[in-house]
Amino acid sequence: MSILIDKETKVICQGITGEQGTFHTQQMVAYGTNMVGGVTPGKGGTEVDGIPVFNTVQEAVNGTGANATVIYVPAPFAADAIMEAVEAGIELVICITEGIPVLDMVKVKKFMLGKSSRLIGPNCPGVITPDASKIGIMPGHIHKAGPVGVVSRSGTLTYEAVDQLTRLGIGQSTCVGIGGDPINGTDFIDVLTLFEKDPDTKAVVMIGEIGGTAEEEAAEYIKQNFTKPVVGYIAGVAAPKGKRMGHAGAIIAGGKGTAAEKMKCMEDAGIKVTNTPADIGRTMAELLESAH
Amino acid sequence: MNIHEYQGKQLLSRFNVPVPKSQVAFSVEEAVDASKDFITGEGGVCVVKAQIHAGGRGKAGGVKLAKSSEEVFEIATELLGKVLVTHQTGPEGKEIKKVLIEEGCDIDREFYLSLVVDRASNTVAIMASTEGGMEIEEVAEATPEKILREFIDPATGVVPFQGRKIAFALGLEKPQINKAVKFIDSAYKAFIASDCSMLEINPLVLTKGGDLIALDAKVAFDDNAMFRHKDLMELRDLDEEDPKEVEASAHDLNYVSLDGSIGCMVNGAGLAMATMDIIKLYGASPANFLDVGGGATKEQVVAAFKILVSDTRVKAILVNIFGGIMRCDIIANGIIAAAKEVGMSVPLVVRLQGTNADEGRKLLADSGLDIVTAEQMDEAAEKVVAITGKA
Repeated sequence: MSILIDKETKVICQGITGEQGTFHTQQMVAYGTNMVGGVTPGKGGTEVDGIPVFNTVQEAVNGTGANATVIYVPAPFAADAIMEAVEAGIELVICITEGIPVLDMVKVKKFMLGKSSRLIGPNCPGVITPDASKIGIMPGHIHKAGPVGVVSRSGTLTYEAVDQLTRLGIGQSTCVGIGGDPINGTDFIDVLTLFEKDPDTKAVVMIGEIGGTAEEEAAEYIKQNFTKPVVGYIAGVAAPKGKRMGHAGAIIAGGKGTAAEKMKCMEDAGIKVTNTPADIGRTMAELLESAH
Repeated sequence: MNIHEYQGKQLLSRFNVPVPKSQVAFSVEEAVDASKDFITGEGGVCVVKAQIHAGGRGKAGGVKLAKSSEEVFEIATELLGKVLVTHQTGPEGKEIKKVLIEEGCDIDREFYLSLVVDRASNTVAIMASTEGGMEIEEVAEATPEKILREFIDPATGVVPFQGRKIAFALGLEKPQINKAVKFIDSAYKAFIASDCSMLEINPLVLTKGGDLIALDAKVAFDDNAMFRHKDLMELRDLDEEDPKEVEASAHDLNYVSLDGSIGCMVNGAGLAMATMDIIKLYGASPANFLDVGGGATKEQVVAAFKILVSDTRVKAILVNIFGGIMRCDIIANGIIAAAKEVGMSVPLVVRLQGTNADEGRKLLADSGLDIVTAEQMDEAAEKVVAITGKA
């Protein structure tokens, strides 16, 4: 078992004929992801490595029965691509694109109200259920199937944590990158709710960073509703106030959203917070050990 | 991207938000000249305001009232070229290179108004308060009940009742209600049309004559949206930015200058922050945040090294790469080529992990360059701090 995606998930790629779209589609196919189609307006009827390309998402859904999409469309057109996928009723929309204007995301969020799709991202590495399906840009081979769910706002920092887990022989149920933008589709609480219901997820690694209050809200949720052990890490202890640290959402604004504040909330909620990213794997190993 | 007050007011004015008459001046002569429109002999006053990208100018002595051209001359002479230190500039302050000469106005009451993208509601939020002129963070801390928030539906924009709600909450009376509704609607339109991330009018004043005027304007744009605002990009003032950050942005590198002694080069924003944190944990301080991105080219790595090496505070460099799709052996070759081209003048610690890490480390070891390698982050941090010493 896993959350969000498994071997059956039928995936299309929006922006499949672009450099990134083609490359990562090949990588996903090589991992075993069930890639059934792609979309590039104006290139319908062609193929990429034998995968059919459609002009619109609706045509792709009609033609393939896809229930997930991964978006590699450049930032100026990405909000449009997300809304097209949502309108076509795709259950899971994963947007990798970085640099989408925040007011475009305000419109996307409004557009999605009352519709059934779930958006992951934007500005995220995607979702992987090891040995079953990889939808995104993460290196598949560092993952291993197992009992730990991973949810994170960061890309390479997540690979770092996953690599540590795998080296210690600890596999992952599903790893979800929720992205580094200030407005995103799925937050920590959404993913934690899914992990709580998933019988094969025995523990969770939660990786946050400075900016916003998503970690504080997740900590409150964990305190009230989450029954599985959680290891947490927050990046940005050394970050200055008022400066954007790479991710559009990683900024301490008006003195709010500091790492110290988040770590305190998480500790208060019973999360095992590590103060160095090098300890994420070890801490999880100890936690799993003591749970036995 | 931030802009100056005078640019912010010009922007607001284009969207029919009332602002005082004013003129920016780059020299004392221009300042005196501009003031002649406002000081007309009998009782006219004007305000001379330092134009730097930081708040707290008034308290720091960067905003002064002048009653004559002679006073304008004195104040402009004092301010232009002076380094102004406010609570937002840091101790090094910022040099004043221009002043805004603005007509004086008779203030009846001062309010606070701002628009921000609100992460919790996923909308643009308008915040208003009767506590004009105060820092909104202080108001939020001491008297949160005095801040009113209205969330705007992107499909409708500001609905008039929302404007009225704010106007009544500010204690405005009938003659001003419609003016306030119009003011707020215009400010929202300016915000949306310019892809702002923040627009703060503090204070928004009610004049004795019954008009509402934006007496200050602090505007920040969403960097991600600047591709569709070539005109706004021209408002960028490179004098206000760290030269190393300007250079980095020219190479599409995410760089933030800090005050420590260990230069960092990392792939990925989260990992870059984590690298700064672990340096701090081992007792030293990072000189910068630098994310070279997932698919950095050799040219970018060279540019990044040049920026790090040019920083005289940097005593050692820590490169922390987690190779994903991008293989570590390719990255190692990039580092070697860059190190040779730039000529490394400080010790270099490289931590490679992930895809083909062993091959990458071997390439570095065989390169003949004086590079310390590490396998794990804590080991890398320990090694680099051992070189520079704690600070």
